[in-house]
Amino acid sequence: MGVATMLGSPIKRREDPRLITGQATYVDDIKLLGMLHMAVLRSPYGHARITSINTEAAKKYPGVKAVYTAEDIKGAVGNIAVAVPLGKIAEGMGVRLPLAEGKVRFYGDPVAVVIAEDRYIARDARDLIEVDYEPLPAVVDMEKAMQPDSPLLYEEFGTNVPFGIHPPTDEIDKVFEQTKADGGIVVKQRLDNQRLAPVAMETRGVVAEMRKVDKTLTVWSSSQNPHLLRNILSAQVGLPTHQVRVIVPEVGGGFGSKINIYPEEPLVAFAAMKTGHAVKWIEDRSENLAVTIHGRAQVDYVEIAATREGKITGLKMYGISDMGAYCQLLTDAIMIALGFPVACGAYDIPAVHLSADLVFTNKAPTDAYRGAGRPEATYIIERAMDLVARELGKDPAEVRRLNFIQPDKFPYKSAAGAVYDSGNYEGALDKALQIADYKGLRAEQAQKRAEGKLIGIGVSSYIEACGIGPKGSLPVGLYESARVRVEAGGDVMVYTGSSPHGQGEETTFSQLVADEFGIPMENILIMHGDTDSTPEGRGTYGSRTTAVGGTALYTAVQRLKEKMKQIAAHMLEANVSDVILEDGKFSVAGAPQKSVTFGEVAMAANFSNTLPPSIEPGLETTAFWEPEANTFPFGTHVCVVEVDKDTGAVEITRYVAVDDCGRQLNPMLVEGQVHGGLAQGIGQALIEGVIYGEDGQLLTATLTDYAMPIASELPSFETDSTVTPSPVNPLGVKGVGEAGTIGSTPAVANAIADALGVAHVDMPFTSEKMWKIIHQK
Amino acid sequence: MIKTDGGPSMATKREITVTVNGQQYHSQVEPRLLLVHYLRDELDLTGTHIGCDTSQCGACTVMLNGESVKACTVLAVQADGSEVTTIEGLAPEGGLHPIQEGFWEKHGLQCGFCTPGMIMASYQILKNNPNPTEAEIRKGLEGNICRCTGYQNIVRAVQYAAEQMRTEAAAPVGGGE
Repeated sequence: MGVATMLGSPIKRREDPRLITGQATYVDDIKLLGMLHMAVLRSPYGHARITSINTEAAKKYPGVKAVYTAEDIKGAVGNIAVAVPLGKIAEGMGVRLPLAEGKVRFYGDPVAVVIAEDRYIARDARDLIEVDYEPLPAVVDMEKAMQPDSPLLYEEFGTNVPFGIHPPTDEIDKVFEQTKADGGIVVKQRLDNQRLAPVAMETRGVVAEMRKVDKTLTVWSSSQNPHLLRNILSAQVGLPTHQVRVIVPEVGGGFGSKINIYPEEPLVAFAAMKTGHAVKWIEDRSENLAVTIHGRAQVDYVEIAATREGKITGLKMYGISDMGAYCQLLTDAIMIALGFPVACGAYDIPAVHLSADLVFTNKAPTDAYRGAGRPEATYIIERAMDLVARELGKDPAEVRRLNFIQPDKFPYKSAAGAVYDSGNYEGALDKALQIADYKGLRAEQAQKRAEGKLIGIGVSSYIEACGIGPKGSLPVGLYESARVRVEAGGDVMVYTGSSPHGQGEETTFSQLVADEFGIPMENILIMHGDTDSTPEGRGTYGSRTTAVGGTALYTAVQRLKEKMKQIAAHMLEANVSDVILEDGKFSVAGAPQKSVTFGEVAMAANFSNTLPPSIEPGLETTAFWEPEANTFPFGTHVCVVEVDKDTGAVEITRYVAVDDCGRQLNPMLVEGQVHGGLAQGIGQALIEGVIYGEDGQLLTATLTDYAMPIASELPSFETDSTVTPSPVNPLGVKGVGEAGTIGSTPAVANAIADALGVAHVDMPFTSEKMWKIIHQK
Repeated sequence: MIKTDGGPSMATKREITVTVNGQQYHSQVEPRLLLVHYLRDELDLTGTHIGCDTSQCGACTVMLNGESVKACTVLAVQADGSEVTTIEGLAPEGGLHPIQEGFWEKHGLQCGFCTPGMIMASYQILKNNPNPTEAEIRKGLEGNICRCTGYQNIVRAVQYAAEQMRTEAAAPVGGGE
């Protein structure tokens, strides 16, 4: 295989050797001399006043160095960051202190920390802290929290609702009236998008160490974004950013849950600064399920109008976002900023009305979780399309086809706000239906139904917005960066602002550089995670690393290529415009016999003596790239389920996914992302869900209660793709990290409703729920 | 947890001798010390990971006297006089076990956190059944949770390894056919 065909090949990963041999370093693998350990004391109540805290016994316990409460950190550790404070949140409602002061608002809310010689002593001492709580009535249902008689989390604000959007409905009402007058239909449905726990297999963790004499602080954290962490944490602990170094080592999964800058991060830094020792905190799984951000947690009311033929004339959607007890980084933005703009999905819907309320409840804060707003929006529109099909007695695939945005309409401005880059929705639909043998499936379904079996077929045609993000998306600018250095020996060092944690960019980025320069992949090293060496970046989430990070890298590489061509032109005594780079050699176009190698040019650049004075020595450049628009992956999934009449157990007998992420840099990694995304989306549909008691007690507090998809409960997936390049970036990539999750949840939901012959069932589709529905009929 | 009234809860330490990856260690440990903490914190073998606190996830899977166990649910004192194999000891220095090769070839990992435990669990599956079906592999991996891969490539990795290992086992000693 020639060097020039690296990109697009299913090359095995460069990350793997250290991971498969147990040689990789995750945060808990870091050991520093004299390192202390932190344990966190957390509220056992969902809502309570703190009347007193007594830490004396804990402080005296042998091996304990310090115990801190909100009192001790006052003025020294800043509040939890919020990117876009909306409504009353901008006035202070929902703002979170690193340790609860006066009141705890959710089960797990941190109240004190113990710093001790080892983790066992820290936990023993933690048990000796005496906290007097005055329990308060809690509210866990988001709709109840909106009622006037609800317990209030922030009494001084007199409500649990800091913000809402309620535009006038006259225009959409007219559309609905007209549709009905013309003989069309309006279908209504309430949809519950249940609260989920991300459950990255590695829990969170932080290590911090400060050199006291010059106050230089180093922080290791299992984070998705080292630079954001550095900027925010340094402000929180009162250090200038240049005195703070953040190192993100190997990270065992994130899925959005490690974007936030959580209380424990500045608290560990504070403890290191005060004690003069390195301090480590590792979250245990029970903590993780209680306090690491939760995802989804929305209730939506949808109304959709369609002609008798099935053409959608209007969409009305009211969503309630359950933020939990505090507003964290993106908590208040998920539904409105990320979900609403794609409310119309893959469809050309002329009239849309979107309204919302954000609510605080006595539960963990919610924030971005794989898809962040887009799975919720997709679930709504995809369920709505099926409801229309059911009402009209039409095939759900054909109703979708009738309403798709046509390929010649891009860039397409949706009535919901987003501008879609490119798409061929019918192409993906047709491919999925063909692979699934949809006609055959429907025939088989009819046969099995005649035998009394409950078989359901669900179709989901999704789009999503990613490649985050264009100017103005967030106050901090969502560009990406890459510093590329070609060394004297022809090796290439790449420092990326992206922060992959399983996505494989050490491989795909080397493929890109290898392709562009015509050199072997082994000569390239991709570095990430250390703010000392990488240029300012924004991290890895929102399916952005290849689209935005990859393009920043591509931009830097082009610049170096141009400079190398100038040097080669000098060496070849030719015009720079005649010089080409092919298979790692610079030559004059049409005269390949006279050439200089990539390595020879690299040496000339770095050893400078043979360079003309007009060319600066060295081959290093940093590029920043900001997209002008989001990218829009899309696809169609087909899910076949069988529900056991006697037990209610659900089996996915077939799952077909056709996804379009634009150009694929490494098809093996793309497929892996789809598989993982499908598992999480199916997990939500079938078994997952965070459950709290009425009093705010977390009931799904360990993995014995929070159900996770396991190998024996998932089918083998049949995956394929179409390729519709994105015009947004020169690579043509759209992104694929979240697509599988977004497309799968509605595919399963549609299959279940079909199997049971009902309009709608809320998730998760547990056997108990299925059985009750079956036996109630 | 062993507690005295108000004083340090350190019970008398016990002497244990454990052979890990072929090397013998003599240590003094509290009776409550988990094997996984002993391996990670005392012996600096950090390849074995901790992913939960209720023995659901399997990230801590190691071999104890030839059988897979979850090291978070074994006390270090229970491993006294025993042989432990961790991910670091699965293959000779610089080499890879066919299972490790399979995970690499088939993209059976993404973040890598569940991987050492997943590999050790796969080792046990193939030890019991050198020619497992897909269903048998999936059943055998029930005790290991992965959030990244959706398991499909892990199954492919184990199938790859099974075939490699069967081929190696079947290699003729003398002249073949």
